[in-house]
Amino acid sequence: MTAALEISGLRKTYRSRRGVRQALDGFDMVVEQGQVHGFLGPNGSGKTTTLRTLLGLIRPNAGTMRLLGKEVPAALPLVAGQVGAIVESPQFFPHFSAHDTLSLLADAGGVPRRRVSAVLETVGLRDRAQERVKTYSLGMKQRLAVASALLKEPALLILDEPANGLDPGGIREMRDMVQGLSASGMTVMLSSHILGEVQQICDSVTIISRGRRVAAGPVAEVLARHSSGAVRLRLESSAEQVLAAQVLMAAGVRVQTEPDHLLVSDVDRPAWIARALAQHRLYSSELTPVSVDLESVFLDLTGTAPAAGQHRQVDDSTTTDAAAPVVGVRA
Amino acid sequence: MSLLRAELRRLVKRRLTRYLLAVVVAGLAAIAVGTVMASQQLTPATIAQAEAKVAVLLKEAQAQHAASVASCEAAEARGETGLEQRFGPNCGRAYAPDPDTFSPQLPFEFDFREQASVMIGLFAGILALFGFLVGASYVGAEWSSGGMTNLLLWRPARLTVLITKLGVLLGAVLAVALPLGAVWTFAFWLIGRYDGRSAGVTAGLWRSLALDGVRGIGLALAVTAVGFAVASMGRHTAAALGAAVAVTAASEIGVRMVTTSLNVPYADRYVLSTYARAWLEKRYVLEDWTACGTDLSACTVRTSAITWSDSALVLGVGVAAVLVAATWLMRRRDIT
Repeated sequence: MTAALEISGLRKTYRSRRGVRQALDGFDMVVEQGQVHGFLGPNGSGKTTTLRTLLGLIRPNAGTMRLLGKEVPAALPLVAGQVGAIVESPQFFPHFSAHDTLSLLADAGGVPRRRVSAVLETVGLRDRAQERVKTYSLGMKQRLAVASALLKEPALLILDEPANGLDPGGIREMRDMVQGLSASGMTVMLSSHILGEVQQICDSVTIISRGRRVAAGPVAEVLARHSSGAVRLRLESSAEQVLAAQVLMAAGVRVQTEPDHLLVSDVDRPAWIARALAQHRLYSSELTPVSVDLESVFLDLTGTAPAAGQHRQVDDSTTTDAAAPVVGVRA
Repeated sequence: MSLLRAELRRLVKRRLTRYLLAVVVAGLAAIAVGTVMASQQLTPATIAQAEAKVAVLLKEAQAQHAASVASCEAAEARGETGLEQRFGPNCGRAYAPDPDTFSPQLPFEFDFREQASVMIGLFAGILALFGFLVGASYVGAEWSSGGMTNLLLWRPARLTVLITKLGVLLGAVLAVALPLGAVWTFAFWLIGRYDGRSAGVTAGLWRSLALDGVRGIGLALAVTAVGFAVASMGRHTAAALGAAVAVTAASEIGVRMVTTSLNVPYADRYVLSTYARAWLEKRYVLEDWTACGTDLSACTVRTSAITWSDSALVLGVGVAAVLVAATWLMRRRDIT
């Protein structure tokens, strides 16, 4: 399968009177065709710079980028008709209606105007299409932005924070829409901070921190790679819990004592724990592998987990895992 | 072609474009109507009436003067002194009213031959202001609202987008200027014909007025392009408005103050509006009073002329520099 989007060694440095800031520091990313790909990173990590660079709005200092097999920005005019994108917050001329806004874009891009009504219907703005954009809520502007990206029936859809400002119903509609578009064969790259949504709808993810890729690959593999492999063990009484901890430690496994349960690691199969305890007439009331979610992986990799008494600054993310092998990324 | 059509639609759909066009049309109409109301065609009867009125005034003044002289002579006969202080030397006989200063006060009569060129200059000024505001707002609002970013996602060819926008803007201003200018000129010809004076209108005058119109519209287009380019560089409408205020203050006030304090000859040579005026009037003569000192009566004033071709060079280089800077920045700057 060919990649819909490839970025290699992308660098971008911003210079100003206040100094030099490395926004992208050799960033790599691959999005396979037909996938829904999550692009995650803390604020200021370089997500939007990456998207703007990819779309020709920012000139990179180094690196190569390919969209739908064509090297950009040189071939951007050739592929622009197949790439729908919204970047950052939706911005439109406030005094035009949604219909006017989209029909002007359709004219500029050579797209038939009949598409305008179709996409307005898709994003749920049909009945408000003739109202001025300045009367819209953030969520409605977000829907309009998605409509503008869908207008050209793109092969690759790039959505930067598409759920921003949407109500819960809107978020679910957005999720269903993305899944529907993906099912129709469209490649979708989704930047979002709603990690639960990303975990639900994305096939693969890339996590960026301080301008570098810190993790990438299919969601399940990224989660598995950062799973501790620990098992949660609960017994009926605290006395039994103490005994169980002694038995397991004597058997050479690592045990961490928590107030109402034990976390047992370095065990290949949980069934072994049950057997080992049964030999000492100890029986578990709960024996479950500890699962890891995307949020905890994200916070761990980017070092952005909140800490009591600290006020984290936007550039305080880390790239601790940058040297770690990346899962499932094409060479 | 699709981008051209989209940009034309965008420009026409903008409220500011429509409002300003309405204001311009209304303003031009008001000036024309005001001229109609002020102008009065001079007939032999009105001239005779004015002449009769001034003759009466002259007669009254002469009678007053004769009475004054007579009064002085009577006082002289009575042997009074100090008469020279009261009546002037020789009883003020030399102060008799001069019939040449008693010209008839004729009502204002619009003379097409004399004033059409001025009216075309006025039209060019109004059109330039319209073009500047529409041009600056057209691209400035696009930048500040994020519309330009959106458009560049659809048409990732920055220079093509900028040049298309500028072309559409200039084409639209020209499309407004040509019929409006024709109607404006024709309206004043009608005013001259039926409510003023239209004698001496020859083919040569029409050719001259056509050239005045071409130069006026050319100036308006140049100002429009500058407003557009500065707003694009500043990525905001306010950038062009601020630059206009700054340049006007620096050129028209700052330069004048400095050159006056330094006693620089032909100081207006360094003022931007001089070149605009020379361009519109074909030739503008500067006078140098600096060599005269305080005795102006005995001084022969030196002059220097700025021609329309001098202006074309100065204004052309200025406009070209601003446009080159705008295109260079459009090409090079990140859109963050």
